[in-house]
Amino acid sequence: MPSIIIDGAALSAREGSTILEAARQAGVHIPTLCYLKERSAIASCRLCVVEVAGEPHPVPACSTVVREGMEVTTRSPLLAAYRKMALELILSSKGPALVACAQRADGELAALCHELGVEAPTDAEAADGAAEGTLELRFPFAQGKESPRVEGNPFLSFDPNRCIKCQRCVGACNAAARNHSLGTRRRGALTLIAAPFGPNWRASECESCGNCAQACPTGAISLKARGAGADLPAYGDASDGAPADLSASGTRRVRTTCPHCGVGCQLELEVRGGRIRAARGAQGASNRGLLCVKGRSASFDFVGAPDRLTTPLVRNRATGELEPATWDEALSLVASRLSQLRDEHGGESLAAFACSRSTNEDVYLFQKMARAAFKTNNVDSCARV
Amino acid sequence: MTNSIDDIVDQADVIMLVGSNPEEAHPVIGMRIRQAVERGCRLIVVDPRDIGLAAQADIHLKLRPGTNVAFANGMVNLLIQLGLFDKDFVRERTEGFRIMQAQVEEFTPRFVAEECGVTVQDLVATAKMYGQAKRAAILYCLGVTEHTTGTDGVMALSNIAMVSGNLGVAGGGMNPLRGQNNVQGACDMGAGPDDLTGYQKVCDPAAREKFERAWGVELPSWPGTKATECFPAMLEGRIKGLFIFGEDPVRTDPDTHHVLKALEALEFLVVEDLFLTETAKLADVVLPGRSYAEKEGTFTNTERRIQRVRRAVEGPAGARLDTEVFTELMNRMGYEQPALTPAQLMDEIASLTPIYGGVSHARLDGEAAARGLQWPCPAPDHPGTPILHVSSFTNGVGAFSTPDYLRSAELPDEEYPLLLMTGRVLYQYNACAMTGRTTAANEVVGSSFIEINTHDAAMLGIADGDRVRVMSRRGQVEASARVSGKTNPGETWMPFHFQDGNANWLTHAALDRVSKAPEYKVCAIKVEKA
Repeated sequence: MPSIIIDGAALSAREGSTILEAARQAGVHIPTLCYLKERSAIASCRLCVVEVAGEPHPVPACSTVVREGMEVTTRSPLLAAYRKMALELILSSKGPALVACAQRADGELAALCHELGVEAPTDAEAADGAAEGTLELRFPFAQGKESPRVEGNPFLSFDPNRCIKCQRCVGACNAAARNHSLGTRRRGALTLIAAPFGPNWRASECESCGNCAQACPTGAISLKARGAGADLPAYGDASDGAPADLSASGTRRVRTTCPHCGVGCQLELEVRGGRIRAARGAQGASNRGLLCVKGRSASFDFVGAPDRLTTPLVRNRATGELEPATWDEALSLVASRLSQLRDEHGGESLAAFACSRSTNEDVYLFQKMARAAFKTNNVDSCARV
Repeated sequence: MTNSIDDIVDQADVIMLVGSNPEEAHPVIGMRIRQAVERGCRLIVVDPRDIGLAAQADIHLKLRPGTNVAFANGMVNLLIQLGLFDKDFVRERTEGFRIMQAQVEEFTPRFVAEECGVTVQDLVATAKMYGQAKRAAILYCLGVTEHTTGTDGVMALSNIAMVSGNLGVAGGGMNPLRGQNNVQGACDMGAGPDDLTGYQKVCDPAAREKFERAWGVELPSWPGTKATECFPAMLEGRIKGLFIFGEDPVRTDPDTHHVLKALEALEFLVVEDLFLTETAKLADVVLPGRSYAEKEGTFTNTERRIQRVRRAVEGPAGARLDTEVFTELMNRMGYEQPALTPAQLMDEIASLTPIYGGVSHARLDGEAAARGLQWPCPAPDHPGTPILHVSSFTNGVGAFSTPDYLRSAELPDEEYPLLLMTGRVLYQYNACAMTGRTTAANEVVGSSFIEINTHDAAMLGIADGDRVRVMSRRGQVEASARVSGKTNPGETWMPFHFQDGNANWLTHAALDRVSKAPEYKVCAIKVEKA
């Protein structure tokens, strides 16, 4: 356990941990962008630079391993200047699409701009600048030229115009989901993200799990919006850095458990205006932040589906049709018919099938109803079908 | 599962995956198995199809469907013959070894290879890889249980884990991957004819008395009927009234014609659901329920991990909380049930159920929020149990069983020459009640198909993508042919999701003699060009 000093405070770090891990453990905040816990530490964004006594230049905290006696400074005028410059360079590499993203109040990038004192250009600046060439004064590499979006996959799309090449998506696909269908091409400043969402996406190994989209801080990889009234998907993986500020858009996140298979992945449902807009992976013991395509993209449309039942239905004896009824009518009929069968033929003449999708509390009360009120042990679930 | 996903992914030296396709049916476990393989864990896949993980496996035994018991008994025999069993574990913690040993001796590598359609060499390599591992985990799924010999299959696999001392250790164990979010919880909660909550037996007078005292009512003591056996009982008129909560047996149960006839024979059918399902269309009364996103509660996952479900939205006006509906009905039928919140219901569950004794919503929202609680969790200060059977078995010692190998109930013959299996695909879930309302999922795969071997397709003049008629003794459907080597010659596979060609018109309602699970994984069919 090496003893180190961070901002003047002595602490002992885990052997082999990085400065960033040690700092987070001690509750010291260091800004990050390309780093993603257990997923990616490529040390390319340079926002996490820190000063280490004896080193001539600042070093990235995400990829520098602690050693005995290390003295680390995480805040200084020099570091502030370094970090600001690094973020400006990242933002300056792209055009209006990225600018729009940096302005989103609930976005991770906007939070970083605010923290590091980088003023995001306004929409007008971005638009005018692209037309008149003034944007280049503040963001000299901003390009007016748009690259085509990649959107053959029905769930996911990639907009290269927003991509800052942080490669968090690469970490999510390769180091976490281990799907290995998303990677990079070329190197250095020419690095391109090769997202397998093109017209031939079915030929790739891509499982449409969208863990890459959750990792993306700019929305370059995003979940496709769902028809009218749908919203932009959330950006970035807030489980890893500072939580995004959602209050401005009136969004709530509700942690719950996925309704599909038995893995028990932890979900955060994003709710706005009384509707669920998206699902994100939360850190759970079985899923470790991961989700599959069903959990992320097919766990809430059905909740707000237009064909949900909204009234009890009772069969009309004369017409044979199911017709709307009040709750009182429906429950009276159920109670009287089931009571009559129970009293005439015994509880053995009744059976009750519970739902393996529903909650423990529902199922408990259901089997109690079967045993205590129906007087039957003919109670089962869909466990064997 | 006896173990947890984490300890298997991080610590197993070998994972043996039997009758399970987690990349599609449990995709996040699929991802985590890939993590284990990339860490250096060996992978043995025992499955009749070329599932995705077979490509990453060290050994793939592409065995004949329905021969799991022969395979597992053969493995135990080989482990003993090769001296690769844990003598200390067998002596100290088990009983019945000699009887079991005598039984499995008949399962010689040659017999098993012949029966399962694999090579002796691969069987020996499997036994060596599994037997030489320090920590070896067995993961299995419905490919083991959905057979007339499903229970024997599970017992036979357990013998492998027990004879090699792989129970009660991190990275080992016998690990069923439960198919639905709360199928573990539904069983824990007493939704079974023989069990009250926490597997306390209905036939045990002391257990029954405890519930009678708590609930203030006399409870029936006679043995109940399992759901799959209820259908014949409806046809015979023994069961006259049925309340179905959130199931759609018309789509999901085997032999649809039989299911329809049984439901139509009922005097009174109530269905409580989110949608007007195929089953709800037959009901006398349909009650609109609330979805998981509209209620508070808990689910118990495949690791026995109890985790919170929280209300995110109100849900449609007109639908009522299911617990409210049950409470109302109980009162109207003469049982006084007070209105309780889900948190209060969990307190009642904990008070009656030793394995849930320490579970409460307060704990699950507090100290255990991140990890949940794994049962047995007998007391409020108990941390839960990530691995079962660590120093002793529930019943003291582990008893070896002597599983019988019997062939499947309906095998291919001259008239119906092909074998049909059914299963799940990545983009859909069960009867599509949930996933089918996501447009993109249907865009990827939204209609029925049948995987058929290239050799068989050539004989039948069927090309990839052709529409075909699939027939069994019970019914017929149309589907698109997917021609490949994914299944062995003579074997086919269909998803069970799609109503346009639902495989359950074809499947066979032959049941396992103990669990009463139907033999979804083997029936005989014929296929012709449509």
